[in-house]
Amino acid sequence: MKLGHWIVAALAFLFGRRQKHNAEEVAEELADDGGRGPEDRDPETGRLVPPGSPDRAAENVVLLLLVLAMLAGAGFIVVYAMYKAPVLPNELLGICMGVALVSIGAALTIVGKRLVVTEELEEDYPTADPEEQAKIVETVRDSGSRFTRKRLLLTAGAGAGGALGLAALTPVLSLGPIWDTAPLERTPWYRGRRIVDDKGRPIAAADIEQKTFYDGFAEGWSKEDLSSLLIIIRLDPSELHLPAGRSGWAPRGILAYSKICTHAGCAIELYRKPTFPTVEPEPAFVCPCHYSTFNPADGAQVIFGPAGRPLPQLPVMIDGAGNLRSAGNFSARVGPSWWGVRFRPSTEHE
Amino acid sequence: MRRVAPIAGACALFALSAILGAAPAAAQPPSGIVRPTTEPPKPTLELGAQLFAGNCASCHGIAGSGITKPRPGAGNLTGEGPPLRGVGALAPDFYLRSGYMPLGNPYEQPEANRVLLTDKEIRSLVSYVASLGAGPGIPHPKPSHGDISEGQELFTSTCAGCHQLEGRGGFVTGARVPPLQNLPAKRIAEAVRIGPYLMPKFSKSQISDSQLNSIIRYVQSTNAPDNRGGWSIGNLGPIPEGLVVWWIAIPLILFFCLLVARRRRSQ
Repeated sequence: MKLGHWIVAALAFLFGRRQKHNAEEVAEELADDGGRGPEDRDPETGRLVPPGSPDRAAENVVLLLLVLAMLAGAGFIVVYAMYKAPVLPNELLGICMGVALVSIGAALTIVGKRLVVTEELEEDYPTADPEEQAKIVETVRDSGSRFTRKRLLLTAGAGAGGALGLAALTPVLSLGPIWDTAPLERTPWYRGRRIVDDKGRPIAAADIEQKTFYDGFAEGWSKEDLSSLLIIIRLDPSELHLPAGRSGWAPRGILAYSKICTHAGCAIELYRKPTFPTVEPEPAFVCPCHYSTFNPADGAQVIFGPAGRPLPQLPVMIDGAGNLRSAGNFSARVGPSWWGVRFRPSTEHE
Repeated sequence: MRRVAPIAGACALFALSAILGAAPAAAQPPSGIVRPTTEPPKPTLELGAQLFAGNCASCHGIAGSGITKPRPGAGNLTGEGPPLRGVGALAPDFYLRSGYMPLGNPYEQPEANRVLLTDKEIRSLVSYVASLGAGPGIPHPKPSHGDISEGQELFTSTCAGCHQLEGRGGFVTGARVPPLQNLPAKRIAEAVRIGPYLMPKFSKSQISDSQLNSIIRYVQSTNAPDNRGGWSIGNLGPIPEGLVVWWIAIPLILFFCLLVARRRRSQ
């Protein structure tokens, strides 16, 4: 356990030294009877902190930086809302957020270095003392004596902070659709649409073998559309226990399911098929992301993992030329689930 | 399984006697190999048949007819295994040369093991199993003809779901997924065509021979990957990399920040 020793040594180095340091300070403070009394006040102004000279130039820079942060924060929201690949690339999101953070940081640095009257104080943590607390409040108030446009600066500061906060909250909108969910319900499938392979060729039912899996797509439809992607397998028709109302959905045992996991939307890329079913686990689709496991024989019910509902099944039919076509739309909504999705009926096409 | 049910039924009596006959074989320790007392000098069907009866028939049935219902044999050992008629030379070559077979416990996942059979014995067994029924032969892949980038693309879309991008293996629910390093090209090609255990099989219409060459070339390139990023962390992918960042890199950075701050303060 050498690593453990190293960690203990590192902690002792950091905190052990600090304690010694503090002890020395305390001893010094006790020696020179530290702390402020009324005699610390400036006899002329009656102030605790001497008034500083205003610094217009530094103030202007701070204002400028805060406005910049505000603009960058707003820019983030605009880019997020209008995101389009080559025109408004996602790098802009990072640039906006970075500019906002750096500007606020720089503004705070300038305030600290140039605009707040500074005075080094090293004291022990004070015990509760109303007089002492009032003094601290006064100290803080007096320290702002260099500011000439306090309200403007505060407004700018609040604006910059607000814009940054809003920008940071914007991505929450992507957690799920709130208003218009209709585009998510559209699928390319209707009765008769051909199922094609990754090169756009029709798939012959006779070519679908058992113990392997095939990818399918909607003919003439974007492969980027989640609702186009299918995983196709073949089981012995006697093994099937599809839910009621799905008779005829799997001619010759050919089954088509949405390839998109209902948990987090990963592609179902694993088909577990037993070589010798008597002693090996049953056939299943497994999602490589979080191991949601679906049983294709009974309508892709979840048999393991975090998915909350079965994979949507697409009814299949075989046309006159022996090729695969869809016989309708999916049994349920495609893609990851969000609130409400489990309780709504089937999807609509196009 | 269903296809062979009639065959198994027809052979039931015959198979039972075969099991009893193979009982001495089953009674051997699972890692041992049962050999005929006098071995011919060259690989022959005869030697293959004897080795099969001694080492394989307790699960695969007499003459590879398969045993699909557990049947107690001598010493309370039960055997269960798929029929081998029609698997050709492809399957026995893969399972025997990878050490997947013989399998001590038929209810366990077969995994790569030390090969206990000699090359001559394997060739005899392969020719014997191939003689049980017409089936696919041993593939002859030429990974040097493959294109490594095509191979990576195909591997990513077809294999990496289970085997991981760098072929380090992993898990599916219910089974371990083996790593693919330091395998001869033939083993990889055979596995793709057979689909051992829970792996799907891929026919030539799904993955052509030339695509297979590319996949093998990519898989073999993972034996010694080019780790441009420095420390590979076992080429296991983003989760261990994230763990290293969160649990090692960030604490280190914090430690140095504290160190620097201390130095400045004590000046």
